[in-house]
Amino acid sequence: MKRRFNIVVDGKSVTVGDGQTIMDACDDAGVYIPRLCDVEGLVPQGSCRVCTVKANGHTVAACTQPAEAGMQVENDTLEIKNYRRDLVRMLFHEGNHLCPICEASGRCELQAMAYRLGISQATKYPYLQPVRPVDASHPDIALDNNRCILCGRCIRASRDVDGKNVFEYVGRGIHKRIGVNAENLAATDASIDDYAMSLEVCPVGCIIRKREGYFAPVGERQFDRRPIGTEITSPRGRRRSRPRRAQAQETGDGE
Amino acid sequence: MTVEKPKTRIVEIEPLTRVEGHGKVTIHLDDDHNVVEARLHIVEFRGFERFIVGRLLWEVPVIVQRLCGICPVSHHLAAAKAMDAIVGADALPPTAEKMRRLMHYGQIMQSNVLHFFHLSSPDLLFGFDAPAKKRNLFGVIREHPELAKRGVLLRKYGQEVIQYTAGKKIHGTGAVPGGINKNLPLHERDALLRDIERMTAWARDAVEIAKNYTVENLSQVSRFANFKSNHLSLVREDGALDLYHGNLRAIDAGGNVIFDQLEYTRFNDYIMEEVRPWSYMKFPFIKSRGNLDGWYRVGPLSRMNNASFIDTPLADKEHRELRALTAGKPNHMSLAYHWARMIEVLHCVEKIHELLLDTDLQGTELRASGSRREEGIGVIEAPRGSLFHHYKVDEHDQVTYCNLIVSTTHNNSGLNRAVTDVARKYLSGKKRITEGLLNHVEVAVRAYDPCLSCATHALGQMPLVVELHDAEGRLLHRNGQYVDQATLGRDA
Repeated sequence: MKRRFNIVVDGKSVTVGDGQTIMDACDDAGVYIPRLCDVEGLVPQGSCRVCTVKANGHTVAACTQPAEAGMQVENDTLEIKNYRRDLVRMLFHEGNHLCPICEASGRCELQAMAYRLGISQATKYPYLQPVRPVDASHPDIALDNNRCILCGRCIRASRDVDGKNVFEYVGRGIHKRIGVNAENLAATDASIDDYAMSLEVCPVGCIIRKREGYFAPVGERQFDRRPIGTEITSPRGRRRSRPRRAQAQETGDGE
Repeated sequence: MTVEKPKTRIVEIEPLTRVEGHGKVTIHLDDDHNVVEARLHIVEFRGFERFIVGRLLWEVPVIVQRLCGICPVSHHLAAAKAMDAIVGADALPPTAEKMRRLMHYGQIMQSNVLHFFHLSSPDLLFGFDAPAKKRNLFGVIREHPELAKRGVLLRKYGQEVIQYTAGKKIHGTGAVPGGINKNLPLHERDALLRDIERMTAWARDAVEIAKNYTVENLSQVSRFANFKSNHLSLVREDGALDLYHGNLRAIDAGGNVIFDQLEYTRFNDYIMEEVRPWSYMKFPFIKSRGNLDGWYRVGPLSRMNNASFIDTPLADKEHRELRALTAGKPNHMSLAYHWARMIEVLHCVEKIHELLLDTDLQGTELRASGSRREEGIGVIEAPRGSLFHHYKVDEHDQVTYCNLIVSTTHNNSGLNRAVTDVARKYLSGKKRITEGLLNHVEVAVRAYDPCLSCATHALGQMPLVVELHDAEGRLLHRNGQYVDQATLGRDA
């Protein structure tokens, strides 16, 4: 028997289904909680912390935190927004995110999130400007780790959906990176048809489908007309617009 | 025994104003105030050729266009043409080629208009030594409001053409290796067609202004930085002006052909670059003529000199008039660049009109590909002259080599010659060098519409600086302002 109860998000009552996280419940109610490492169809891991909310006064990751009856959630408050801005800013500073020349520009979730959060150029952090080589060894896929935000979506997609384990975290702390399970990508069993290689999985321009860059004209790219999060908040296509396994495979096979 | 060095006074013009990028001019004067030598120094740092290495080939047209904010389309398209060769797209689908041409004509139109109306018109309308307070864009707006308005709207139109083809007015993404990423929907075509008649009329008027200026001031124009040189540009197979594609033609000062219908992919066999210690900009020359005589000019005037005819009727008529001024021989007058530049604007407007009526622009076949190559060369006629892009790409799609020879680099020797010529004629023997006199030097530089940031592939933008030093190296002038007028007066 399904148990339903309510939580309160920014003063508004939201109905929660059995076993739902705060984010699941909010998505269903059309309340957008920003997120980068979480995507429909993959196990949430709560690592980017952009979905940070306050639940009963404690900061938690909304994508992994189960909702509890009567929970008081703060989402769209100045304090939380400032946390998120800082988190997203630090991602920009940690890698080399050159939106003007990046082929992911316009469909990049990091860029779209920065726009949504009103992040400007003015900043208080230093740019780390790491030097990371591009792995272009694979005939159909390239990896530009300069743009990786360590969301781990590729790891989960490859492991849980493709059953391949192409990607894994390597290193610790500031040196943590996404690695592949061989000398380079060409030496792995990665295929362009893998779900992990689809445009839906990598939120930035790190996993590159070769020879497809800039095919979408400016003005027709994913976030050119609608800011990120609109798929949750707009009455049409709420939530289910996020890719599911079947859709993802279709996209991969079709291209 | 010590040999006393002859004393020279050095006049520096830094920053040069109303040009793109940062550079300076130094004028070396001897004790009798005669000009010994004048040089255009390009002091920006180059870097693009290096940091493009390792990037993926389809990123190149988007990355290298960031060399410049004035004619990014030229770099975008030259790189795309080089990448066409690499992906084996030897013939683009008509939609792709025509969309790119449309983008390019919009680009030349807006850049040439910007230069003529915004940067050069103050000199031409008010005189080279008119008061600096009046001799600027705001002076033009105040005294010639209709002309200023037309300049703004002509440029706006060119930029709208770019927006509809590249997605953005500046730094778009239209061209991809092997083609283009969009066609021109009917509503966009109609939006552009709405204003085309007015643009044609205004472009014709602009040619009239530039032509009348040249003809009415012929005694000055034919004296001012008028020096013999070779000329280089692309021409179509039948010799017509073609700004997007063609083969190389070079003529000498007398109009004799040095080479013709040379496939631009072979440019390395015919053109070399020389480095000199005082400038970051290289000095290219035609190998067969050697580095002393082989230097050449490019750009609108060179294109007019090289083209046998223009394939649009209004511009062709104007082209014939320009050629008639020098009885069919090459025109070497630096100030005639303005006239040539406006003829090109008219040509571009005519071409845009022709393309807008072409249903191929609504085609859906946007890209082609073929067998892969490791090397690609793309050459295009940019607003300021021939633009060469040369790349090598490895089997993993990563760039391993890049060489860019931009229009202003081709014009390097010509610019230095122009600066020296004007300095000698107008500054030599003058006891007192005024801002108005120094502006003559800037006018000569400006005639070439140099893009100094492109020429050194620099990041960032800085103005051109003018400085005047005395024989002991004391600074007398800076930014066209007297630093210490009393000192200057004493020394003079």
